Amino acid sequence: MTTTDRTADLFAYTLRLADDAAILGQRLGEWCGHAPTLEEDIGLANIALDHIGQARALYTYAGEVEGEGRDEDQLCFLRPERQFNNCLLVEQPNGDFAETILRQFFFSAFMLPLWRELKASKDETLAAIAAKAEKEAAYHLRHSAEWTIRLGDGTTESHERAQAAVDHLWPYTGELFEVDGVVERLAAAGIAVDPASLRDEWHATLREVLDEATLRLPPDGWFQTGGRSGRHSESFGHLLSEMQYMQRAWPGLRW
Amino acid sequence: MYTQALNARDASDERSEDAALLAAFQARVDAEEKIEPNDWMPEAYRKTLVRQISQHAHSEIVGMLPEGNWITRAPTLKRKAALLAKVQDEGGHGLYLYSAAETLGVSREELTEQLLSSKAKYSSIFNYPTLTWADIGAIGWLVDGAAIMNQIPLCRCSFGPYSRAMIRVCKEESFHQRQGYELLLEMCRSSEEQKEMVQDALNRWWWPSLMMFGPSDTDSKHSAQSMAWKIKRFTNDELRQKFVDATVPQAHYLGLTLPDPDLKFNEDTGHWEYGEIDWEEFARVVAGNGPCNRERLAARRKAFDEGAWVREAALAYAEKRRNRREAARIAAE
Repeated sequence: MTTTDRTADLFAYTLRLADDAAILGQRLGEWCGHAPTLEEDIGLANIALDHIGQARALYTYAGEVEGEGRDEDQLCFLRPERQFNNCLLVEQPNGDFAETILRQFFFSAFMLPLWRELKASKDETLAAIAAKAEKEAAYHLRHSAEWTIRLGDGTTESHERAQAAVDHLWPYTGELFEVDGVVERLAAAGIAVDPASLRDEWHATLREVLDEATLRLPPDGWFQTGGRSGRHSESFGHLLSEMQYMQRAWPGLRW
Repeated sequence: MYTQALNARDASDERSEDAALLAAFQARVDAEEKIEPNDWMPEAYRKTLVRQISQHAHSEIVGMLPEGNWITRAPTLKRKAALLAKVQDEGGHGLYLYSAAETLGVSREELTEQLLSSKAKYSSIFNYPTLTWADIGAIGWLVDGAAIMNQIPLCRCSFGPYSRAMIRVCKEESFHQRQGYELLLEMCRSSEEQKEMVQDALNRWWWPSLMMFGPSDTDSKHSAQSMAWKIKRFTNDELRQKFVDATVPQAHYLGLTLPDPDLKFNEDTGHWEYGEIDWEEFARVVAGNGPCNRERLAARRKAFDEGAWVREAALAYAEKRRNRREAARIAAE
């Protein structure tokens, strides 16, 4: 394979990780000032901040890999929706608190082992980003798992809401494990992580937490797909219009 | 921030309390000793502090809303991260202050109820809207700047928990203020269009920032007692003057014009003299008729109501866990 192909793969892979982090951070930021408790207002803002921090490092690196002079902000604020390759799970609207928590739980249960494995990547920059992100993901997983248990095993209402959130979000989890040419080639080269290798651990985490939360997983059915190739939910364009508003309205200025 | 509560006083504070205890209390305050939660204190001192600390806490919480309004629209990732961190700090200040108030025997739940039922006030400044990104810089520079003027003397407040909370809060506020100023500096240097946006923000936030210090000394009848108790160290007008003196040169450095035709430097006193504040506007906003009073309270009430099931779930789960542990302990015996 040529260096150009490898560069294109690495750019695509890094950009996906960056988009996942940026979009989830954006969604979590919407909660600010509106959470059920003051502690949770602070907690969700903190998790949002971690994701924005990860996105910054990843976009910056993606820009370097691409070599066309695009910085973190150009990649985040000046691409249209069809060029965003985040998974559908992270872009799902916040819904109620249970949906926000379950979205985080499903995602962080996947990202924790992913970052841990990516620390061994032959790409030094990705490995360094992963080392920092792993610690953050461990906290995100603990926080969202604890709330999943509280909500699932709390009151009748919270149990119903948590179960509804599990059922609603489940079809978006299949995409986390999708493998395409980019992942396949980079995993073979020791740069990316093959998500199939994380599936058992992810399932074990889910089983343990959901059992304690008295929640059940829906039977495997149809899984939604499309995020990795830029086919998003209808709500996603609205998220981008809000997020990109300043850069679109006043292009080329320093802020 | 937000010491407007010091300008109100309870009618019941003249109750007969042991004269010897009162004298001993005042002697401790005069000797700059800290009063701690378990120490004897006059009822009116306690009430004044509860009102002031809770108003301060409420201001931090309500203050998250106008800034939170721009988190999803911040122009760069760096600014988004900084704003998230700042708003998170404000929430932390709120937590800290509610805890300080709790040492005086009033729960966070009671205080929250007072806020949501409009019995308690918060700083009038947060009833103004954040219309452009420059407003985020203006809040950091002016609102946090005014807050620091108010709060630095509070680090020496006679009540221990409040004074200690203020030391930490002031460090963070001072960081926010520099961050806000730097944001505006970047905008003013970047383009004429952005500088106009900053000027517009200054025009809208300047006078409300001056109002943050409360009524003028001639109309503030109640600060004498707070001064004697060493809760308050400077009068409203003294603090306001310090703020104007510090801020006017900063505005000039940005190349901006203060929206006050009467503003002039007095060579003899070394102070900036400013025009008359629109006290009618201040009274109107404090009374609930500012541009955003209704929205702010509605947002807090909505968060409270919609979060009720979450808080109930957390309590129910904690109760279940306690019962299970207890059952396991009994079974083991």
